[in-house]
Amino acid sequence: MIYADNAATTKMSETAIKTMIKHLNETYGNPSSLYSIGQNAKEVLEQAREDVAAVINADPREIYFTSGGSEADNQAIRSAAYLGRQKGKTHIISTAFEHHAVLHTLNALEKEGFEITLLDVHENGIVRPEEVEAAIRDNTCLVTVMYANNEIGTIQPIREIGEICRKKGVLFHTDAVQAVAHIPVDVKADNIDMLSSSAHKYHGPKGVGFLYVKKGIRLTNLIEGGAQERGKRAGTENIPGIAAMAAALKESAANMDKNAAHLKARRDQLIAGLKEIPHSALNGDAEKRLPGNVNFCFEGIEGESLLLLLDDKGVQASSGSACTSGSLDPSHVLLAIGRVHDVAHGSLRLSLGEDITEEEVDYIIHAVKEVVTYLRGFSPIWRDLMAGKKEFIL
Amino acid sequence: MALYSEKVMDHFRNPRNVGVIEDANGIGEVGNAKCGDIMKMYLKIEDDIIQDVKFETFGCGSAIASSSMATELIKGKPVAEAMKLTNKAVAEALDGLPDYKMHCSVLAEEAIQSALEDYESRKKAD
Repeated sequence: MIYADNAATTKMSETAIKTMIKHLNETYGNPSSLYSIGQNAKEVLEQAREDVAAVINADPREIYFTSGGSEADNQAIRSAAYLGRQKGKTHIISTAFEHHAVLHTLNALEKEGFEITLLDVHENGIVRPEEVEAAIRDNTCLVTVMYANNEIGTIQPIREIGEICRKKGVLFHTDAVQAVAHIPVDVKADNIDMLSSSAHKYHGPKGVGFLYVKKGIRLTNLIEGGAQERGKRAGTENIPGIAAMAAALKESAANMDKNAAHLKARRDQLIAGLKEIPHSALNGDAEKRLPGNVNFCFEGIEGESLLLLLDDKGVQASSGSACTSGSLDPSHVLLAIGRVHDVAHGSLRLSLGEDITEEEVDYIIHAVKEVVTYLRGFSPIWRDLMAGKKEFIL
Repeated sequence: MALYSEKVMDHFRNPRNVGVIEDANGIGEVGNAKCGDIMKMYLKIEDDIIQDVKFETFGCGSAIASSSMATELIKGKPVAEAMKLTNKAVAEALDGLPDYKMHCSVLAEEAIQSALEDYESRKKAD
């Protein structure tokens, strides 16, 4: 089996599992309790906060633990929006290909009277900083742009966008769920005010993440209750999950350069191999993309059947086809980079894990070629394309 | 729980009656690429009996399985009987489809109907 869907989730690392089990066994105290086992739990919690903060060059007091990336996105965006509204600023800038945790929060805010501008991400899947600058108005309260896209892996010019926002006095949030632990992220150098991260994208457990918030920015609670997380996120802390996240993050960050170099080589091998399939195209910029991300469109076939047959061959991947999204429309990300519906349905995302080998990539290439050829063999669209009754798009 | 029944997976992995009938006397195509599903049915009808049927499908696993099952259900049957094929019968023969995939069985029914209508209109033209 070759698991190539690491952008969806990753396998927990041994370190993370060991850490989690240790704290499930030993650290059952409530960090809010005064007696020693409670205070031990508090120590574990604060050590995790320090470890997480160090990786992104933040202060530990700027880290708020959450249930994951979606909660962090929701809280960051709502907080910035409500802060803005107090000053009469009700305009928010984002991009057309954000994660739904961002887009759906923005939709909800629109109903509350906020005005949303979604910037174009162009054919290469990259936002242009000058377009961010041009979109900023006197009443803009927030710019939120993802660090790297979850489907096509394109890395955004975060540092430049952050600089513009700082200069204009506008809060800047980034959904860095796909970026943290995979590429260098430094909240100070990148001029980031708020950042979301999720543990299960870097071999930590599911159900835990964090939000970085620069000192001085007041958060709005999504969950009211006790005084946990500096009063900004109620609920007894998930100590085993948080400690395991910190352990996974520390480990991934320590090995990041080595892993990224290996992944880039395998990624480029995979891209080169899949490019040999006629009437196919890579989605997103070839260079400015996550080390392990490969995303292709193949004309004349549909993504779900491609995935099911690849699964039969032991390769697990994902697709942006409508059938896999549970709606009638294919991925909003592929549509945002200008892929028409007809080809967006035939998309395949392979997100490689650090342990992928050269031989395994060769196997994936072989398997994809076989399945694409097979499915095209009885596709009425492919027949029309080959007969010249329809024009190729790719 | 698996996404699809074993029967759906069987018809998806080993679709029956795949291909083209060069001298078909009834052809129907339904769906569109924008929505991600196209089915094309080819019928060879003699003495009002469906002697042969083949299909081509662009679509998801359940679209391919529905096409395959629909061809099995009408092969060798009189035209009048094939006309009565419903999407429900296709879905039931596949041991069910997930709710959001029922439209695949509807497409299969429509593709068969469309091919039969093509046959009828050709017959009238003769």
